[in-house]
Amino acid sequence: MTVTRIMSNYFNRNGFGLGIFLLVAVVFWVVILIVLPQISMLDFSFRHHLPPPEMGGPKDTYTLEHYKYLVLGAPGADTSYNVVDLTVFARTLLAAFFVTILDLILCYPLAYYLGQSRGGGMTRILVLLLIIPYWINEILRAFAFRIIFGDSGVINEVMLAMGLISDPIDFIRANVALYAGLGYAYILLMIFPIYNVIESLDRNQIEAARDMGAPWWRIHWRVVIPYAKPGISSGCTMVFMLSAGALAAPQILGGPSSLWFTQIIYQWFNTGGNWPRGAAFAIVLLVTCIVIVLSLMRLFKVRIGDIGK
Amino acid sequence: MSKGVDVNLENVWIKFGDFVAVRDANVDIKGGEFFSFLGPSGCGKTTILRAVSGFLEPSDGTVRIGGKDMAGIGPNKRPTALIFQNLALFPLMKVWENITFSLEVKGVSKADRRKRADELLDMIALPDQGDKLPSELSGGQKQRVAIARALCAEPDVLLLDEPLSALDLKLRQHMRTELREIQQRVGITFIYITHDQGEALTMSDNVAVMRAGVVDQIANGHSIYNDPATPFVASFVGENNVFRGKIKSIEGEMALINTNRSGELLARIATAARGKLKVGDPAMMFIRPEACNIAADTAPAPNRLTAMVKHEEFEGQIYNVFLEGAEGKEIKMSLVNIGQHRQSAEGDNLTLEYVPDQAVVLPVGELASE
Repeated sequence: MTVTRIMSNYFNRNGFGLGIFLLVAVVFWVVILIVLPQISMLDFSFRHHLPPPEMGGPKDTYTLEHYKYLVLGAPGADTSYNVVDLTVFARTLLAAFFVTILDLILCYPLAYYLGQSRGGGMTRILVLLLIIPYWINEILRAFAFRIIFGDSGVINEVMLAMGLISDPIDFIRANVALYAGLGYAYILLMIFPIYNVIESLDRNQIEAARDMGAPWWRIHWRVVIPYAKPGISSGCTMVFMLSAGALAAPQILGGPSSLWFTQIIYQWFNTGGNWPRGAAFAIVLLVTCIVIVLSLMRLFKVRIGDIGK
Repeated sequence: MSKGVDVNLENVWIKFGDFVAVRDANVDIKGGEFFSFLGPSGCGKTTILRAVSGFLEPSDGTVRIGGKDMAGIGPNKRPTALIFQNLALFPLMKVWENITFSLEVKGVSKADRRKRADELLDMIALPDQGDKLPSELSGGQKQRVAIARALCAEPDVLLLDEPLSALDLKLRQHMRTELREIQQRVGITFIYITHDQGEALTMSDNVAVMRAGVVDQIANGHSIYNDPATPFVASFVGENNVFRGKIKSIEGEMALINTNRSGELLARIATAARGKLKVGDPAMMFIRPEACNIAADTAPAPNRLTAMVKHEEFEGQIYNVFLEGAEGKEIKMSLVNIGQHRQSAEGDNLTLEYVPDQAVVLPVGELASE
């Protein structure tokens, strides 16, 4: 009854043609492109690793072996836990967290400036300067960073020439290049949500706070940041999720000793040829990231609906 | 509460590039006074307010508050509090936090702030509303919260930038009385910006009328209305019938004007124009609609003119009669409703009469645009 009324209201409002298009597009997007692939991955992750002829055969039953593997390691291993993979997992999340914080610190002032300066021309040029680097392919950008941060890269050469250092610094090994590359890759995703919110902040509120004697940091702490919170959390969510799930940047810019959890997943899928294990690892990463994001949102009292603002 | 302090503007110029927003303003506001800047939008009144509050520095001249030169002192260091046109309450802070934000800045403890907020909430007749968000209050309540927030800082000078403009008529009239009462209770200097002459005249001790960056006249409401200093003030504050002409003769304070279309009329020379007008000078003469009346005696006299009724509007307390004089000269007359039904038919010829003392003569100048 109510469903039919909602549907008829919906078609009355949008017209039949547009209504059908929206419905089909959204269903296609959500079901075919998001839900079904994830369900098949979830299904994969609970299956045994079998050669193709045995798939669907009597041996193809559900199992928790891949999840057990991630936590406990291979049966009969030296350690009682899978220390290697778990360490990489924790380090990936921690690194993604730092990349997020780094981007937030870099982007908040910039977004504030862009949002509050009413000067049209200057703002547009700045936004353009931010967007243009993204015309360059991700892999190319990563290699460019590798060259800049390399032993004989621009940074080392300049510092050597200035006499600041006597030997080149290995930025790749120290993961500086990786953090810089990841931070750079997601700057826009941090700036735009914050910029959008701050742009709608009434300038008079900032002036009112100033008039009441507040120094600049208190104005930000009490007036601007609370107002920008939905934008900040939306930016942080995207940067965190994407950094934790990045593959190209860690592959190209990561030091020899540092492995990203996505690289392990990639290895299982690709060189390891063990899709169920790769799927299980990917599901664990996805679920953990969602849990972290949701708990941080709860901690900072942001509702999920606010993010869409 | 702190005692109000003087605010002085000395030769203040404010320029934005080539545009002169305020031209050589000299204004002396006495401590504890309710002072209004009245003018049409874009006349520079808000710019003056921003110069007093410290959000912009004058290009030239001095702003003094309590005798102290304010040059180089930022808005957060001045003894002023500003109430914004849109109030600018912080939407994510509770009402009590909004009110005591200035104390939070000073590091006052939460318990003390809460206590002070409750006192102020009592003062503005909104007890027990402290834990609401501003969006949960009505327009008039928000207004009062903004006033409480500004007063909480115990400023020496309160600056108000058209704070009543967003309210409906009844509430606006009520808030006028309330603002005046609050001002008299706390005794600090209020500087009020408005384009509404009713607000300026009812609340203020003194009013400065501004036109395109220039202060035309500073006086109490009575003088502004009855003894304007320029044709702009005469035509901007209240309504006025304007007669252009030449001065035919001067006798003491009175002058006889040979008007272009309405014959010879007698009027008082405005105080500001005394000694500046000679016989033969072009001049403007102003007669207010309510100064006109229907003459019983229709014999020609220098305070009478004839006109034909075009139409009439009944406004409640007054009748507005629109007339056409000689050569199409438009004249408006307002008659007080004294309870008798009256209706002049279209096309009636009437003889109007006025008290010459209530009409003023000024040198020719710019009028307020309609």
